[in-house]
Amino acid sequence: MNEIQVTKVGIVSCSGEELPEGTLCRLACRRVLDALRPTETVTLCLPLFIAGGEEERTFAARYPTITVDGCAKLCAAKATEMLSGKPRKALRISDILQRHGIPAPTKLRQFGPEETPAVEAVAAEIASAVDEVLAEV
Amino acid sequence: MDKLSKKVVVLPCSGIGKPYGARARETAYELVERVRPGVATLTCLPLLVINDPAARRLVLENPVITIDGCPKDCAKKSVTALGKEPAVAYQAIRFYTAHKELKPEGLAVLNEAGQKLARIAADELAETVDRLAAEEKL
Repeated sequence: MNEIQVTKVGIVSCSGEELPEGTLCRLACRRVLDALRPTETVTLCLPLFIAGGEEERTFAARYPTITVDGCAKLCAAKATEMLSGKPRKALRISDILQRHGIPAPTKLRQFGPEETPAVEAVAAEIASAVDEVLAEV
Repeated sequence: MDKLSKKVVVLPCSGIGKPYGARARETAYELVERVRPGVATLTCLPLLVINDPAARRLVLENPVITIDGCPKDCAKKSVTALGKEPAVAYQAIRFYTAHKELKPEGLAVLNEAGQKLARIAADELAETVDRLAAEEKL
């Protein structure tokens, strides 16, 4: 395994266009990618598993992955395992919000201060998961 | 009208890694929430990746507009993978080349210029939605 494979974690986010939790997933994942763990994480658009080439389909073989799902259909976890490889960790928005006692968001877009605690809580849990995965590999 | 009734389905790019993903998604939200509510509807693109039966049915039984954010065309290819061609397939950049005075920014959340461009794009797409709805007698 070369150096990049042990120092980067792939984040695969639910895109959830029709659910407020999908927007929460996207915002929290971007916060991890941009601010909390920018040098330790990379991402791949989930539908690229279908639309992309071999490189996208071997994503989970090249990087340990963390999936973040917004609903019980678990698209991110299922698609990653089905088309690329088993994720190291599969996070669910509902579990995280419940642990923190935060209500689920109700808006599809234009999140504001009301949704900030949810975004911060989910982002923090993703960042912790990144640290755990990197400690394991 | 429930979700599985006949509608025009709008499938935007779901990308969080490239700027045009957010622009495609915001355009779709504008279309289904403001411009043509009750006629245009969204579904999550990854549901097609996992072969969700309800999402498959929605896409297979209705006219579909795809709005892709990059040349990989995930939205379009996710529909063609089901054996169907989108009624119309757009690239998000198409709507923005005519409005270069606006400088959209943001990967997950668009700035005001990006939101304005999304509103313009959705207004332009209204005619396409109306045409598809008329063809399908929705």
